[in-house]
Amino acid sequence: MARGLLRHAVPILFAGLCLFGIIVAKITPPFLMSEMLVRMSRNSVLVLSLLIPILAGLGLNFGIVIGAMAGQIGAILIVHWGIPGIGGFALAWIIATPIAIVLGIATGSLFNRAKGREMVSGLIAGFFANGLYQLLFLFAVGSIIPFHSASMILPQGYGLRNTVDLNTIQYAIDGLIPLRFQMQGVEIRVPLVSYVIIVGFCLVTLWFFRTRLGQQFRAMGQDPHVAAIAGIAVERNRIVATVLSTVLAAWGQLLFLQNIGTLNTYSSHEQVGMFAIAALLVSGATVSRATVGQALLGTVLFHTLFVVSPLAGKALAGDAQIGEYFRVFVAYAVITVALVLHAWQSTRAAHEARKATR
Amino acid sequence: MAKPGIRLPGFLREFGIPRLLIAVFLVVLFAVAVATHMDLRGLISDSIVRVGRNGILVLALLPAIQGGIGLNFGLPLGIICGLVGAVISLNAGVHGIAGVGMAAGIGVALAIPVGAGYGWLLNRTRGQEMMVGTYLGFAIVSMMSVFWLLAPFKNPTLVWAIGGRGLRTTLSLGGIYDKVLDRWLTFTVSGVRIPGGTLFVFGALCFLVWLFFRTRMGITIAAARSSTRFARAAGISDERTRVQATVLSTVLAAIGIVVFSQSYGFVQLYTAPLLMAFPAIACILIGGASVTRATIGHVLVGTFLFQSILTVALPVTSQVIQGDISETARLIIQNGMILYALTRIGRT
Repeated sequence: MARGLLRHAVPILFAGLCLFGIIVAKITPPFLMSEMLVRMSRNSVLVLSLLIPILAGLGLNFGIVIGAMAGQIGAILIVHWGIPGIGGFALAWIIATPIAIVLGIATGSLFNRAKGREMVSGLIAGFFANGLYQLLFLFAVGSIIPFHSASMILPQGYGLRNTVDLNTIQYAIDGLIPLRFQMQGVEIRVPLVSYVIIVGFCLVTLWFFRTRLGQQFRAMGQDPHVAAIAGIAVERNRIVATVLSTVLAAWGQLLFLQNIGTLNTYSSHEQVGMFAIAALLVSGATVSRATVGQALLGTVLFHTLFVVSPLAGKALAGDAQIGEYFRVFVAYAVITVALVLHAWQSTRAAHEARKATR
Repeated sequence: MAKPGIRLPGFLREFGIPRLLIAVFLVVLFAVAVATHMDLRGLISDSIVRVGRNGILVLALLPAIQGGIGLNFGLPLGIICGLVGAVISLNAGVHGIAGVGMAAGIGVALAIPVGAGYGWLLNRTRGQEMMVGTYLGFAIVSMMSVFWLLAPFKNPTLVWAIGGRGLRTTLSLGGIYDKVLDRWLTFTVSGVRIPGGTLFVFGALCFLVWLFFRTRMGITIAAARSSTRFARAAGISDERTRVQATVLSTVLAAIGIVVFSQSYGFVQLYTAPLLMAFPAIACILIGGASVTRATIGHVLVGTFLFQSILTVALPVTSQVIQGDISETARLIIQNGMILYALTRIGRT
């Protein structure tokens, strides 16, 4: 019992924190429910995209930011071509896929050159890619690359504006089968098709874990040396895992954007990695072990806190800003604690192993 | 790194392709500046001011590398200590050099226990120091954001005018100790103004760190890093030396941010320190340091190269194109350099 509690300490603590916030801010169930339904549909796929690299022993893929950029390239192009609705959204997915594959191969090769430092490399690679992304959309588009749509380009004649209006594809998936109901006088919309897609990705991920490749990934995650001796192409598989994660992140980001309806050209992607990773970790997942259930639970808990904390900050201290800083702190702190625990356990394991051989 | 088949001359290989590209880029920038008849003296002067401003933060990375911790992405921990010192000195209303001294003094006093705790944690998370440092820094910076809002400072020049509480995001140092070190000992060489005081402090600290690594303690720290087993046989615990190195790094970061702030003219709170470690790390790497070895020379060369690029890129490129490409260039150069270094660990 006590052991079980300890193992689930992180999600329990988090649920307690959320509950405390809900009570002090006097948040009503319909409000929370409508917010959560939307936020779950936005973020789940991005969190799911983290699972495969964890299975393969790459740790938390901070490089999903790069996948999100690929998704945004797709979104920008379909707005440029003026293709609306579900067709436009589908085309954005199709465009984003090969870009994400190429970027995933690049990221995966980088991880192979920086073994044991995949996470920090992924983080920095995200920053680096952000620089290239800026170079592309702030300077190359409209000057070197022909791009004729005055409404998207800055007045100087090149470079994309800070926001791209995605209203042509907004709710393309969410509203495909409109479902809404009343709850205590509040209308709640359910993005039904988005949930179908999310469930689809969950099932595919679960199925993938059971495939031959999935089993190879698991073996690599447990011990890359043994896996290599057993004839598994470790380096190649690590790239495959990164590619899968990057592609899923690109799709997830597009699903996120079609719900939001506007693209902040230069900042929508920046926080993707941090929030997805923090969401996954609050469920009690670790750097080396995470399940589909944890991804979903973590998304619920983390985004509840996200909704609640500014309101709680306002109710407690009369300042919503405190709550906003606090939730950012929680996101970073959760990641820090998970990283510390992971590193602590692996050094201890190495120490024990050394002792055992003596 | 040379591709198989192509052998670069030895000195070039040691210098590294990225460093070569960066040096060439800087030369091109200066060439454009000369060709377009820009105020070259002003550019050089600005570059030197920024070397002095950022130098100590770059120097702060050296003990961590020499101590075997690697790139200290946890630099914001020390920076926060320095900022607390600065805010306390401003709240007390201490002007001039005394104010800078007080800020740095309080910063150092805080940085010693903070650095010791950080070092202790890094000893328990070996192999993941960079990641733990990065996120510990992020977490502390955002925790301190809550603190700045709630801190019991009452000085009306520091807190928001509306509401009367919560520190402002940037605190102006005008009339308090704005550029007090920059102006002290300032002199002009053929039209180029040089902020003597700040450079003197930077130089003095470089010398002290150089000297420190020749004392018994410093040699022990470096020895424990380069040959842990021999050090252990000689009775040196590398756990201790790593903590010492971390404390020194954190202390220098605290001093560094105070010197930075007085030169910049503002104390920046809240999220400002969040990403400060990254440009500093890029500086020392551009100077020729690796994740396992760094010298004072690397600090000096790297700070000069990278800060010059950052200073010169904006005015020069704005002659050619509209818009600020310097921020984009900074992202690419800075993170490209760090990535390059991360992929080079364990190779010669």
